[in-house]
Amino acid sequence: METLAALLGWFSEPETWTGPAGIGVRLVEHVWLSAAAMALACLVALPVGLGLGHTGRGGALAVGVAGIGRAVPSYALLLVFFPVFGLGFATALPALVLLAIPPILTNAYVAVRDVEADLVEAGRGMGLGERQILGRVELPVALPVVIAGVRTAAVQVVATATLAALVAGGGLGRFIVDGFALQDDGMLVGGAILVALLAVAVERGFSLLERRAISPGLSGRPREELVAGPLPTALPPTGA
Amino acid sequence: MSGWDWIASHLTDIAAATRDHVVLTIIAVGVGFAISFALALLIHRDRRAYAPVTAVAGLLYTIPSLALFAILVPITGLSVLTAEIGLVSYTLLILVRNIVAGLDAVPPEAREAAAGMGYSALGRLLRVELPLALPVIVAGLRIATVTTIGLVMVTALIGEGGLGQLMLRGFTLQNYTAVYVGTALSVALAVAADLLFLGALRLATPWRRARER
Repeated sequence: METLAALLGWFSEPETWTGPAGIGVRLVEHVWLSAAAMALACLVALPVGLGLGHTGRGGALAVGVAGIGRAVPSYALLLVFFPVFGLGFATALPALVLLAIPPILTNAYVAVRDVEADLVEAGRGMGLGERQILGRVELPVALPVVIAGVRTAAVQVVATATLAALVAGGGLGRFIVDGFALQDDGMLVGGAILVALLAVAVERGFSLLERRAISPGLSGRPREELVAGPLPTALPPTGA
Repeated sequence: MSGWDWIASHLTDIAAATRDHVVLTIIAVGVGFAISFALALLIHRDRRAYAPVTAVAGLLYTIPSLALFAILVPITGLSVLTAEIGLVSYTLLILVRNIVAGLDAVPPEAREAAAGMGYSALGRLLRVELPLALPVIVAGLRIATVTTIGLVMVTALIGEGGLGQLMLRGFTLQNYTAVYVGTALSVALAVAADLLFLGALRLATPWRRARER
């Protein structure tokens, strides 16, 4: 009950929302850090994953990257970069990028590799070049699974950006870290609720996108078969 | 003091942190497996349970660990219980999905043959279905264990954490050797756990080796 009162107290303070260290500022920091990390990770992982999937080569690389990504804890990544880059954005960003690459790369690879050979053959028969086959045959079919990889990475990055409060100073995780330090249960639980809501919103958003991404040419088929994805080998690493 | 000197003079601390890390992981995966197994059997019996169970497990999986711990602390305090509730809840989605997928993949012929040989429902589950589902179940256990080893680190912020605690203390004192040692050992633990599961699976399913030949 005390916690609930503290929570309501924290949320009803105008300073909580609009102050220089308020929810508005922290939310922007959190989203900005996460979006920058995701953009960089996609820039690296998508071309590599799609390319490897198209040629069918480098499977060991894709699986190896995923394995390493799963074994190195995000918490460790953040602390390891600290001595190199010091306090701030610069430490959190590379850690988050490295964290996001494995799920994006692995899903892109698996998604393109698993496109039915018949479809690719048909494309070749119609006289499409290799790039056109990737862009117009493989990618539309593979898209939901590719997006599923991006979704996994995004949820993980948003979660880990919370931990980044330890090294980066900003983001919604600040409320949790400060809440612990000041023994302010209202701030602690309030921050936790905001972080949880953001993570769930990101997850829902990408799920929706994933469903919309099913190619109209394929949507006549049972959906399950298309979005079930590569379980269990390419399951998300961690929720951080 | 050089890094190696620090390691040499803190071997007992490092060993204790590693032991704590392993214990926290084993409890989390053990309890998580027991709960998931019960849920998976329920789903296996009644498909309608699948959507609600995975929806709740999926929600728990999505909530960032630090947020979950922060919400629990005012209720269960800075305790092992808080840490384990969080850790267990992250294993559920992976384990339930894989146990169900494993049981689903049992060929109907095998099931019918077992019924024809007079197995009871329980006997069939234990002697036929589970052994055949084992590879997929172990795949889930591997992912859940490696994930948990990483998440145990985060519990350092609520006073547990095993190697995470060692790293956090090092981080605050600007002793980066502790950070590197903790990272290396946690990766080593993850790799060791993975290999252990693979080895155990190989021993437990001799018929798969026979087929490879």
